Amino acid sequence: MTFLAGVIYSGHSTSRTILGSARGSARVTGNMPDLARHGSEAVERFLDSTLASVDHAEEIASGMAQLAGFDEDDLMKIGIAVREAVVNAVVHGNRYNANKKVRFSVVKNSERLTVRVADEGEGFDSEHLPDPLAPENLLRTSGRGIFLIRSFMDELEINRLRAGGTELVLIKYKLAK
Amino acid sequence: MSVKLNTRQVGDVSVVDVAGRITLGEGSSALRDTLREMVTKNQKKILLNLGDVSYIDSSGIGELVSGFTTVANSGGTLKLLNLTKRVKDLLQITKLYTVFDVHDDEASAVRSFA
Repeated sequence: MTFLAGVIYSGHSTSRTILGSARGSARVTGNMPDLARHGSEAVERFLDSTLASVDHAEEIASGMAQLAGFDEDDLMKIGIAVREAVVNAVVHGNRYNANKKVRFSVVKNSERLTVRVADEGEGFDSEHLPDPLAPENLLRTSGRGIFLIRSFMDELEINRLRAGGTELVLIKYKLAK
Repeated sequence: MSVKLNTRQVGDVSVVDVAGRITLGEGSSALRDTLREMVTKNQKKILLNLGDVSYIDSSGIGELVSGFTTVANSGGTLKLLNLTKRVKDLLQITKLYTVFDVHDDEASAVRSFA
């Protein structure tokens, strides 16, 4: 994944937008041509570990998904999946710690939308999560986040980061399968 | 982005009209607090009208489940009314659709508590 050299610093000291756009309205330099040709666009933010960041991330992802041409149904699914991933990062990964950030990026190209959500937490055992559909778990009040992400996205990768923390990679393909 | 709750009585059934988004934070905690208060007041027949709920996340689903269990544990019944397609789909994929008694007509929902 190539992030472009056009950097726009927003008013927030905690966020930085790296934006590559074929439309030319953003200031872009560097290795632009390939991504511009393929109509790609990328956004990256470092979000605070707050619930407001969940809304923010959902807005960014939904906006990109809309630009990518996903239909209403898919927009809703992407929005829910992204919310679940960022909630997990804020609540379980970073535990609302003001000193920890959620690295959030959305990349779109002609084939797919890829959302990455990384926290600075201690990681978790993704292989042995309780199954929320098992009868003994059905009435639990939590534990459905990862399941919903898998239900609504085409692919989910859960990576343990070497520097610590967890990264979720959510992919939705544009073409019908 | 929060939720609006309006409670009314239809006979001895307490109907809670829920509008907006039931998501982690204000939305889900408002619903939780309302249901807990109703249980404290010994209300046994509770109907959640979700007709204007545009969006629910896994925390919101958790609150529905929590409400269901809390009301049941106090000897009461909580039912759902007017699910939008999106909420219904979510309850179906999480296998909760058959756990709740779901209605699409208020009058028959109220009668079903008898």
